[in-house]
Amino acid sequence: MLRIGVFVCWCGSNIAGTVDVEAVSEALKSEPGVVFSTNYQYMCSQAGQNMIIDAVKEHKLDGIVVCSCSPRMHEATFRKTAAAAGLNPYMVEIANIREQCSWVHKDMATGTEKAIILGKAAVAKVALNAPLTPGESNVTKRALVIGGGIAGIQTALDIAEAGFPVDIVETKPTIGGKMAQLDKTFPTLDCAACILTPKMVDVAQNDKIRIFSYSEVQDVSGFVGNFEVKIKKKARYVNEDICTGCGACVEKCPMKKNPNEFNLGMDNRPAIYIPFAQAVPKVATIDPNACNMLKNGKCGLCEKICTAGAIDYKQKDEIIEEKYGAIVAATGFNPISMDKFDEFAYNQSKDVITSLEFERLTNAAGPTAGKLLRPSDLEHPHTIVFVQCVGSRCENCAEKGKEYCSKICCMYTAKHAMLTRDKYPDTEVYVFYIDVRTPGKSFDEFYRRAVEEYGVKYVKGMVGKVSPEGKKLKVTASDMLNNKQLHIDADLVVLAAAIEPDKSARSIATMLTASMDTNDFFTEAHPKLRPVESPTAGVFLSGACQGPKDIPETVSQASAAAAKVIGLLSKDKLTGNPCVASSDEIMCNGCSSCANVCPYGAITYETKEFRMPDRSTKMRRVAKVNPAVCQGCGACTVACPSGAMDLRGFTTSQIIAEVDAICR
Amino acid sequence: MTNLDMRDEIVRISGVNPAKCMACGKCSGTCPAYDEMEFHPHQFVAMIKGGNIEPLLNSESVYRCLTCFACAERCPRGVEPAKLIDAVRLMKTRPQGANHLLADNVPKMLDEETPQQLLVSAFRKYTK
Repeated sequence: MLRIGVFVCWCGSNIAGTVDVEAVSEALKSEPGVVFSTNYQYMCSQAGQNMIIDAVKEHKLDGIVVCSCSPRMHEATFRKTAAAAGLNPYMVEIANIREQCSWVHKDMATGTEKAIILGKAAVAKVALNAPLTPGESNVTKRALVIGGGIAGIQTALDIAEAGFPVDIVETKPTIGGKMAQLDKTFPTLDCAACILTPKMVDVAQNDKIRIFSYSEVQDVSGFVGNFEVKIKKKARYVNEDICTGCGACVEKCPMKKNPNEFNLGMDNRPAIYIPFAQAVPKVATIDPNACNMLKNGKCGLCEKICTAGAIDYKQKDEIIEEKYGAIVAATGFNPISMDKFDEFAYNQSKDVITSLEFERLTNAAGPTAGKLLRPSDLEHPHTIVFVQCVGSRCENCAEKGKEYCSKICCMYTAKHAMLTRDKYPDTEVYVFYIDVRTPGKSFDEFYRRAVEEYGVKYVKGMVGKVSPEGKKLKVTASDMLNNKQLHIDADLVVLAAAIEPDKSARSIATMLTASMDTNDFFTEAHPKLRPVESPTAGVFLSGACQGPKDIPETVSQASAAAAKVIGLLSKDKLTGNPCVASSDEIMCNGCSSCANVCPYGAITYETKEFRMPDRSTKMRRVAKVNPAVCQGCGACTVACPSGAMDLRGFTTSQIIAEVDAICR
Repeated sequence: MTNLDMRDEIVRISGVNPAKCMACGKCSGTCPAYDEMEFHPHQFVAMIKGGNIEPLLNSESVYRCLTCFACAERCPRGVEPAKLIDAVRLMKTRPQGANHLLADNVPKMLDEETPQQLLVSAFRKYTK
């Protein structure tokens, strides 16, 4: 029989306010095996921990129950305390009497009753605890960054700076992401390309960084420190190593009428293309859906023109297999589709555009070479209406918009409005807003400048309807401060579309077994204290894949994720979790039920020789768990029909003992 | 009935929670009868939320709303101002003898082009 000590924490008034801690420690004294029971104001404090260490020595305790907050909070703390007292750290059980008791109950009597029951269950469990020793695993000193936007670029540069090799996987033919499509950046108005492209070049020139552009992550297996990843390098029909990016093929290609993705379809590109002048890698890519040679076997002009001989129509998709110690998700965002917002007439008029399209329309490398011309007739617009919160902060229409605030729209709209007034002072610019949200360094000053110095007409209200009539867009909107309904004849309407995570994020999260929220943003391990880590060990988050972010915030988070990766990769060995499944070979009948439910692929089978009671031998197929891969979810223990599978630290007998203690 | 009692009654009849309103003004930005109304759709929501019901009951605005439901369709928060306006109108017409449209007055309003359907819905809307 173990000698068990019980320590009840008040957590200041968090627990003691609704639970009679004195009664709890008193009641648990009479539980079988308990030789010592006490309570204290803050068990997690140094004084509280010393109290546990002293009690272990004085009362020769070999099992500890702490009735306190959630084990997610302080289980690790008390395990360290137990180790300091000379106990195996896995001889500690936590009874959660805060989150699952005092915080949810208002009445002292019921709260106390429940706390005692939870304490009894923990005592019953700890009595069956066995000392556990975690295993060790190696760390592959290479990182994978999924996504080559500003987030992925910054993360990769920082990791490489620390001396570790990094691979970037980017689905587009070039890195650069959304930032490469922006014209100017708020609040300082420096040109996005001028500050981004040097970083892209740094990536290309860094010998620690490999870029897999036009590539996708296809499969991920393994675990922290030892991921095995399959990357599909899509055929671009151009030999990347030979192509010099001279652009002769792009000029001569006869298939010129394909929507240019980089300019959001507002102009055309040839079938063979380089997305933009500063692309990295600066090599051409053939669009197989547009190329006449690939579709019909006729043409071949680019091959004839290319002096380097880089064109290869027979190129095939290539699968690259690589091992990584850490993976960073930097999959980014996209503006949502405007198809369902009929009231803004996005699909009816070319002159209703999204803010990202407006960026291209004002950019020198854009479809109008930087002149602000309306798409329908290429005339200069004299009245522009900006509509904020299109699809953001939508409560009821989940299939149409998003419930959250997209965070960046207030600032970029102020930027668009200000730049328009600066370049074209004869333009009337309206911004319709619900709230102007500009927290951030020099942000509100920026917005005020748009209003006070540039004369942008900010109207508190929302556009209700846009109807194209002739060459004009009739805008009906409310002006709530003047209690008026406005009717504006606009030439151009710009919609600040909500942003959403890139569609690839969900399949990548599934491959990484990383969790997501209802909006498909990756979730953090802790929203405040571990904001750049996924709950899945070895997976880190960078940029807008975790939530809407502007560039300064994205870069900060990208560097933070890199710091976490560096911390992981600089270790030689990782300590595992000993609470893993194990199979009793004698009871196992090799049915495969456990392997079928295991989400981590931790279970394999081996055929072994067994001695039978009559001294004969028999070959039997039995399950075997790889403790380094097992995450201790327990699915196999439930699936096993013969009861051979058990989870260390959470054995079936322990759980039954807990249930018995609760029902007693 | 106090103003607050009336508010609770309007919320009950309409099934709308005016606290969900984020004051964007899209309802008033979309309303085709805006200029006909003394109180506009967003004001209905704000005034009901604040328990300021009396002025709404005494205003002609409840009869100016076309019940086209454009505001309800486009509200990003699912507040549905049209249902609130409907509820205020019901509060007004429900008491004994408070019918807004009396059958005796109808012949004076008719002309040859008035569709039958209009009369049916007008009775449904303006009488108990």
